[in-house]
Amino acid sequence: MAKEQLDGAQALIKTLDELGIEYIFGYSGGAALPIFDALETVKTNIKFVLTRHEQGATHMADGYARATGKPAVVLVTSGPGAGNTITGIMTAQMDSVPMIIITGQQVTWMLGKDAFQEADIFGITIPVVKHNYLVRNTNDLPRIAREAYHIATTGRPGPVLIDVPKNVSQSPFTGDLDSEIDLPGYHPEAGFDFDEEAVEQAARLIALSKRPVILAGHGAMIAGAEKELMHLATTLGCPVTNTLLGKGVFPETHALSLGMLGMHGTAYANKAMCECDLILNVGSRFDDRIIGQADKFGANAKIIHIDIDPSEMNKMIRPDVQIVGDAKAVLKSLNQHIKPLPTADWLEHLDGYKKKFPLSYKKQGGLRMQQVLDELFEVTEGKAIVTTDVGQHQMWAAQFYRNDESWKWISSGGAGTMGFGFPAAIGAQFACPDDIVVAVVGDGGFQMTLCELATAVINKLPVIILVLNNHYLGMVRQWQELFFDNRESGVDLDGNPDFAKLAEAYGATGLTVKRPADVRKRLEEALELRKNGPVLINAECIKTENVFPMIPAGAALEDMLIEPPKYKMEKPVGST
Amino acid sequence: MSRTITTTDQKPKPRPDIVGGHTLSMFVNNQPGVLMRICQVFARRAYNIDSLVVSQGRDPRFSRLTLGISGDPAGLDQIIKQCEKLIDVIHCTEHTPADAVVRDMVLVKLRVIGGEKRTEVLQIIEHFGGKTVDLSETSMIARIEGDSEKVDAAIRLLSGYDIIETVRTGKVVMARGEQPT
Repeated sequence: MAKEQLDGAQALIKTLDELGIEYIFGYSGGAALPIFDALETVKTNIKFVLTRHEQGATHMADGYARATGKPAVVLVTSGPGAGNTITGIMTAQMDSVPMIIITGQQVTWMLGKDAFQEADIFGITIPVVKHNYLVRNTNDLPRIAREAYHIATTGRPGPVLIDVPKNVSQSPFTGDLDSEIDLPGYHPEAGFDFDEEAVEQAARLIALSKRPVILAGHGAMIAGAEKELMHLATTLGCPVTNTLLGKGVFPETHALSLGMLGMHGTAYANKAMCECDLILNVGSRFDDRIIGQADKFGANAKIIHIDIDPSEMNKMIRPDVQIVGDAKAVLKSLNQHIKPLPTADWLEHLDGYKKKFPLSYKKQGGLRMQQVLDELFEVTEGKAIVTTDVGQHQMWAAQFYRNDESWKWISSGGAGTMGFGFPAAIGAQFACPDDIVVAVVGDGGFQMTLCELATAVINKLPVIILVLNNHYLGMVRQWQELFFDNRESGVDLDGNPDFAKLAEAYGATGLTVKRPADVRKRLEEALELRKNGPVLINAECIKTENVFPMIPAGAALEDMLIEPPKYKMEKPVGST
Repeated sequence: MSRTITTTDQKPKPRPDIVGGHTLSMFVNNQPGVLMRICQVFARRAYNIDSLVVSQGRDPRFSRLTLGISGDPAGLDQIIKQCEKLIDVIHCTEHTPADAVVRDMVLVKLRVIGGEKRTEVLQIIEHFGGKTVDLSETSMIARIEGDSEKVDAAIRLLSGYDIIETVRTGKVVMARGEQPT
């Protein structure tokens, strides 16, 4: 029997299937026609999800990856289709999320001639991808797909884009489906060949410490270092603070946990960072939201930095010991060199801070987002997968929804992408159909990607959308109140639609809650109703609440505001 | 009106926040788009590429890049690591004249009318070990090669005459001894 003749698109889809790709999120279009056709003609285990906007597809793939650690594929057409993926690709790149984006493209002989729906997406995306390709030969497709998967998922993960001209995807494939990857400039295995001498040096510094803090980041989660981290912290008797993206890598309800640090982190985590004599950073990139004023950060502490990406060393902070390597492998080695530290006084001191400066909120005078999130934590027993947008609701969710497990907190950290939370929840729900998935979103961000309500309803996803609605771009308004004499500019979202009715119009269940006393009832109702498909809760919250603690951008950690200031604030020197 | 823009050989005024004279050598995949990735790393961090020499390696799958760059010296280590992070970059190293041989070459086109001037120019070219590679009744092209300082000096001396234009290769470096570049 003659061998079945494949075209390039079919070879591509076959390869993605072999790589174990489970989901493709996407939106069709002319230049991607051969690839979409291959989804029909090639028998695979891949499920295709049609979104309502290309940005939604990228965030869904992102949510899927952050719930599983595995990449999903985004498939879109050329020009505007590809252009709409940029925000999602940037979001994944900033937060080290594996993703493979396949874009259709004009035929090769029209490239550079302003042909219909032609955009140089290869050039456009260079700054926001880990790597990208413009495929010129049909027979290269399987190798490039394999390389893309390898690059996206190893080392420090990230998005990889493959731009496929239409003639490349529809030409006959005559090459080798099993052709091997060829990446002479890429060596993720180096992460397991770290400097043992540096590890011993780190152990010597740790042994001298009386007031140590472990700073656990996303890198620890990506490496799967939870057990090693727990062993390290409990053996040393060392408190652990986590970054926004590190939520869950060390249980936030553990006695040694200080919760999240940084701009809106807990007072006790930030005070611990100011007073400690050793910072052991496991897989965090010392983001500017964490360190505040760089030259004052850890000024009295020895700093050990473990990161798989060499370019993170000395970027923000100059550590005393740098260990370039996989967090799990490094901690395994480090754990062989450590002994318990005399930290009883230090822990007691920090417990004093925990009692003195707990995260709290007023329960009178209207519905507060903090209360909704606090009750969400209780009703779901802290076990839900929570996704967020960006802003006040995100920070309160980070504060009040304490995570005890990795891969259950999905939030756009580095990029700070509004509109991320809801589509990310859809992706996470596809990945984990049996989990409770809650998209915690603001009224601003939700309106950027709410068209994906259709995607959620059509796929009968039991996702809960919790719209914390204060009719404001609350975080910006907070800054204007604190730093710009309360001059509101471009923050009023008065005239929002009735989100519950909107959900109903899409065929989802819509609920509204206005009174603090009704929150629990509504949440329980949503958990019950979600078996019928998506449930949206519109929580009408008070308009002018502010997030505290707060470290003004670029200020030192010791300048943290624990409550609203009673004096006029200077404009912050830091970025945003 | 002529549409040709002639440039002078004046150096830009020094800026305290910029330090020039760093030379990076890179070994990269020989593919379209690689140079774009590298240039973005420098542009994003406000580094200027003062010179750039790219050519195919002995193995045609790879290219050799030599870049002369200037920018904030505190960021140099960072930028080298950022370049090495690119999948298409096999390796990237900084070289100094102490550890590497540096070569640069310039072609200088001069308007030379009259025997006396011509003799003087030829003497300068000869002093720098250069050659005349083109000669007409009214003009000549001189070729001078050496380290960048020598080429600078030759251009400076020839600037006393009527230079029509100069074309300079930019420097290439090779590590001294058996050490690979």
